Amino acid sequence: MPCGDRMSTTHAGAGLLRSLAVSALVALVGSGVLWWGTDGARAFTAEAARRVEILRAPRVLPAVTLEDQGGARFALDAYRGRLLAVEFIYTHCDSVCLSLGMAFRQIRDQLPAQVGGQELALVSISFDPARDTPARMREYAARFGADGSVWRIARVPDPAELDALLEAFGVIVIDDQRGGYEHNAALHLVGRDGRLSEIRDLDEIAAFTERIGDLL
Amino acid sequence: MSITIGPLHGRARRAARIEQLHAPGLAPASLIYLLLATPWARQWLEATMSAHMLVQIPLLAGCGFLAASALGEARQARLLAALGGPVPCLLAALLASSYWMLPRALDAALVDPLTELAKFLTLPALVGAPLALAWRPLGAIGRGFVWNNLASMLAVLGWLYLAAPVRICNSYSVFDQTHAGWSMVWLALGLFGAWLGSLFVRPLSGPNRSQTRVSTQEGQAWTT
Repeated sequence: MPCGDRMSTTHAGAGLLRSLAVSALVALVGSGVLWWGTDGARAFTAEAARRVEILRAPRVLPAVTLEDQGGARFALDAYRGRLLAVEFIYTHCDSVCLSLGMAFRQIRDQLPAQVGGQELALVSISFDPARDTPARMREYAARFGADGSVWRIARVPDPAELDALLEAFGVIVIDDQRGGYEHNAALHLVGRDGRLSEIRDLDEIAAFTERIGDLL
Repeated sequence: MSITIGPLHGRARRAARIEQLHAPGLAPASLIYLLLATPWARQWLEATMSAHMLVQIPLLAGCGFLAASALGEARQARLLAALGGPVPCLLAALLASSYWMLPRALDAALVDPLTELAKFLTLPALVGAPLALAWRPLGAIGRGFVWNNLASMLAVLGWLYLAAPVRICNSYSVFDQTHAGWSMVWLALGLFGAWLGSLFVRPLSGPNRSQTRVSTQEGQAWTT
């Protein structure tokens, strides 16, 4: 009888110990994965994640050919050596792209007058090349005051190149079933080395401009 | 002696194999799992946030639950003992399901095949199966706790999706997000209602009486 008691006690004790050990292991591994999976509880969404990721490792961009509102074709790489602010738009947009256009206008207006196109450029890239013809882009440019030299509106005519560019930027465009698109809108900064180096939210215009000012 | 053990052993093995083949749940679980893995079903269920979160993910976990339930009581008990009892199993299910509730995990599963594979492996193995193993020994109170924990997690998540000022997933529209948010809130209410209803249909005592006796025996062993 006492022997049986002792045996069941040891058995229960071993079971509890095992339970504790496995629980601790599961908790450790599980919270580790959650920590890693949220970049240390900083990024719970894919949008936040791409911003954290870019800050940690500025991303090389693919070689693409753009066509601007004047119909001129040029390589994205032609901007190398200058700071480049990039936003993604489509001109039929009546919601978030309007804010993007306004944001870019504000950024350009807040820059010191002596900063020319040799140090900094802005480009609004359309992901709707079928509808955004140069004529349509000229209209958009006129609406927001994009001059065509410091600030250009451009489309990527080649669909494969457009896909590669959107993927590198981490921009996802989805059909909104009403003839438009929903897309993650943000302010992107490409460094002089041609790498995507920072992504800011639309309501962080001041911080974005300040960052450009620091780098100029 | 070896002559008698041999055939007996063989017969027992055969019986076990038959039991395995006839285990209810294993066939439907495999079938549902294979169906879910087809490109057609994946595209269909991942097209909207609601179907992704509230149909595909629960079904994947459900496959694991069914498969583990099909193991049979004895093997389930052995496996549960080897894993350290219900607590680590519940913890694993909680942590793994939390990961797949992250909006960025949903987005990543859509664009990254490795994440998609991880989703198909971890939901049955780390959420469904451990829950099934832990389910029987949990008792009515434990089950009620798990059930209502799930309901409250869903309600909070649904509310977050509705209250969020921005799009949470890059791959899903705001409309989709709102729809998913309301679906989660309603589902949470439904889960809570179902649990409440079950209290009247099947009172707290019942199928777990033998189980409670085992735990009290263990309790006595502790006090002596």
